[in-house]
Amino acid sequence: MAEDVAFKHIEKTSLIGKRIKKPDAPAKAIGKTRYINDMVLPQMLYGKILHAGRPHAEIISIDTSEAEKLAGVHLVITAKDTPDLKLGFVKDNAPLKSKVLCERDEVAAVAAESEAIAAAAIKLIKVSYKDLPGVFSAKDGLKKDAPQIQENFPGNKSLKFKFKHGDLAEAEAGSDIILDHVFNVHYVTHCCMGTSCAIADFDHNGKLTIYSQTQYPYNYKMDLAPALGIDPGDIRVIQPTTGGSFGAKLDVYPYEPVAAILAQKTGRPVKVLFDREEEFINSPTRQPAAIHLRTGCTSDGILTFRSADVLMDNGAYTSWGPTVPVIMMRTVSGHYRVPVIDFKAQAVYSNNAYAGSFRGYGNVQMTYATAQHMDMFAEELSEKHGMDPIEFHLKNAQKSGEVTPQKSYLRECVLAECLTTAAAASDYVNKHKTYTEACTEEGRYKRGIGLASSIHNAGGAKIHKSDGCGTILKMDDYARVTVITGASEIGQGIDAVISQIVSEELGVPPEHVTLVNNDSDIGPWDVGVHASRTTFIAGNGAKRAAIKAKKQILAAASKQANVTAEELDLRGGYVVQDKDGAAVIRLDRMLRQMHFQPTPDVVMVSDYYEPNSELEGKDHISDHSAAYSHAVHIAEVVVDTYTGEVKVEKVTMAQDVGRVINRMGLEAQMEGGLAFGLGFALSEEMIFEEGRLLNPSFRDYKVPTAPEMPEIEMHFIESDCEEGPYGAKGIAELPTIVIAPAIANAVYNATGIRFLNPPMSPEKVARAIWEKKQADS
Amino acid sequence: MKLLNLTINGRKHTKAVSPSMTLLDFLREELNLTGTKNGCDKGACGCCSVMIDDKPMLSCLLPALEAEGAAITTIEGIAKGNALHPVQEAMIEMGAIQCGFCTPAMVINGVHMLAKNNNPDDDEVKECISATVCRCTGYNSIEKALHLAASKMRRAAHDGS
Ligand code: FES
Ligand code: FES
Repeated sequence: MAEDVAFKHIEKTSLIGKRIKKPDAPAKAIGKTRYINDMVLPQMLYGKILHAGRPHAEIISIDTSEAEKLAGVHLVITAKDTPDLKLGFVKDNAPLKSKVLCERDEVAAVAAESEAIAAAAIKLIKVSYKDLPGVFSAKDGLKKDAPQIQENFPGNKSLKFKFKHGDLAEAEAGSDIILDHVFNVHYVTHCCMGTSCAIADFDHNGKLTIYSQTQYPYNYKMDLAPALGIDPGDIRVIQPTTGGSFGAKLDVYPYEPVAAILAQKTGRPVKVLFDREEEFINSPTRQPAAIHLRTGCTSDGILTFRSADVLMDNGAYTSWGPTVPVIMMRTVSGHYRVPVIDFKAQAVYSNNAYAGSFRGYGNVQMTYATAQHMDMFAEELSEKHGMDPIEFHLKNAQKSGEVTPQKSYLRECVLAECLTTAAAASDYVNKHKTYTEACTEEGRYKRGIGLASSIHNAGGAKIHKSDGCGTILKMDDYARVTVITGASEIGQGIDAVISQIVSEELGVPPEHVTLVNNDSDIGPWDVGVHASRTTFIAGNGAKRAAIKAKKQILAAASKQANVTAEELDLRGGYVVQDKDGAAVIRLDRMLRQMHFQPTPDVVMVSDYYEPNSELEGKDHISDHSAAYSHAVHIAEVVVDTYTGEVKVEKVTMAQDVGRVINRMGLEAQMEGGLAFGLGFALSEEMIFEEGRLLNPSFRDYKVPTAPEMPEIEMHFIESDCEEGPYGAKGIAELPTIVIAPAIANAVYNATGIRFLNPPMSPEKVARAIWEKKQADS
Repeated sequence: MKLLNLTINGRKHTKAVSPSMTLLDFLREELNLTGTKNGCDKGACGCCSVMIDDKPMLSCLLPALEAEGAAITTIEGIAKGNALHPVQEAMIEMGAIQCGFCTPAMVINGVHMLAKNNNPDDDEVKECISATVCRCTGYNSIEKALHLAASKMRRAAHDGS
């Protein structure tokens, strides 16, 4: 036995559930991190795009001659230079346009030696337009005489979805209460603090390297290629540090192929970077929707049916936005136990902005409706039948093992625990009663408490044939670990989670794990950061790879120590005896011994983890996620009835997280997710007039700042998900989904007014209070 | 073009700049100090905060030439060598850094507040970061970090006295 291990014993400890710091935080704290926005490549040119700034028009002519003459301008391009290049979910978009279908349409682009020259050149491009009558709402788009927006889509009909289960007429007949409302969910946008940016660079062989903020690098290549007319194999995606994403970068948007085309034609690297106003106007939005929701219930408080008819303004092009019904219908069919379902959704082309994917993906919109219906039932049942509101929720809450009408299999379901935990912690029932009684009293400030819950996929969502993630893991002679994963880091913290998981398995400190995950030429396949999938999928992959490496090391060590591999373990940088922790050999020495022998045994392993979920099919009947999770939020608000201001004072959250992995990262995601939902509920709104955005600035588009944030109390319910890494489930979207209806229900509790159309801005709330007063008197 | 003389992070600089150049662009483009971020260029997000003569200011609103003679501290000048400022340490420790784009501005504002008052209450902490937008965190973790930094600084002041 080597000297340095004599008498050394190492206890078994676990890092799971502990607080692990983000490995990239120190560099960010001292301003050293180089974001894509900061990057300058040798010989780089600056690209700038001319946007139409009008919603619907024919382009009669474009005169680029003056711009071309400007000193420092290398190239000006228009749609003429890029025929046949297609983009988007149904290939209805293009990098540059020959006809204007919405305000943000890219009409021309410039590559120049500086940003200032590029901006000046853009102003010198003369375009003559013939404006056309536009369509500015889904309803108008469906009218018989509406102008047709997209050539290939008669009647302006875009994507359409349907799901039916059970006999609706019978369920309606068996209902004692039927609620019937239309909820209009508005436009909001991501506002990533780092604005959109791409840097494209072609090499002499025609291979494109694109520095991108994308959150799905591998499919990205497939989507970008047709917009450039090159093979996806000839694209290398590098993901420098980015200033947030939240779903915004789950598609290719025109500025990216435009940068690439400029680079291809000039032979120089080209960077396109939006300023904040461009960011507001040209980025994807959350999908707005008019949700006609009908829900039935018996006087015993049992849900009988839910029907939703969703009309969506598609905008001019189809990105991820109009696909959100895929998740909306899971909410309609899975938010509580509902036996009969009738769901339809139709997207309609218009000359408005178009939506992309956005944290919460359709569920923010749908839960805003379903959770308010639940509250309306609870109110009515308590008023007429004296039913306890929590009891009503519990009666309809699913239990472990139940299967929804769409076949979401709720293996571990703790909705009931989430409800009772949050209700008890916030004293919901008592406060609710007190505020209800005080609601009609005089007084400027009204208090309210509101409860909402929801369900979301928590183990990926199999919308592609594979929802998997690859991992490659190697260890060097010094026991340092490199993990190459397909999973992207966009600020959310998968870097910390993976180093934590690998360190848990291999008994090395998390700081000794290096993550490589920003180069598509190096990383293995992954479908991207979305659907709350990364900790679940990439975490499982990293764990499995680490277990393989551990087996290899212990097999080698067992020969040497003359024991079986099962009797050994890796702890604190040593190979130890499992039973008493007695050190056998230092891990780095073991690795060197394995390496430097006649037949070298080097640790280089790989894994591809594919979750055991089923593909989302055309009929939408499949267990499309490997796990589902619930959350309950209880919001306590004070409404100033004079100004209409809603102040959220406290939020109590209870969420099924499966199992806490990195407590620090989990809390960060819960709190950040909540801030998004809070902004959506109270202040954020993109205001359009005839397709033009009227408030493209942080002054006029109000994202939450520190004073608006409530006190937050978090309860993590650990359901121990069988399939998840250490029992964990995906967590990052539910906090955004549940908070808005909790606030709406609290505002109702305070004022007696239902807000079906968010945001609950001071103007809107004050007006509604005034109107109610008029009606009451 | 006019000559601009100023001190940045303790180092003197003299450079010819155009009257239209903002201090933010001067820092980022002329001096390659890219730690200071451009989140809006319009004075509405706070990301470009730097300390000018010990006061936090928005560098995107200030023509560089108006900083003539000033002593400026950017995020790159907050740590002393490898020793991070307690605010930076606390931001890391409390998980207050996600994408990190707002972090430099949060640190600048926090350092300034704590230099003047190392025992701030909740409202003072909120006020200190209220003009800086963070889209990732929801601010609570940043507030907790500033409280933690304050307590570390109080302890250091106590031990030192
Ligand atoms: S960049 Fe200066 S305030 Fe936004
Ligand atoms: S950490 Fe991303 S903006 Fe603050």
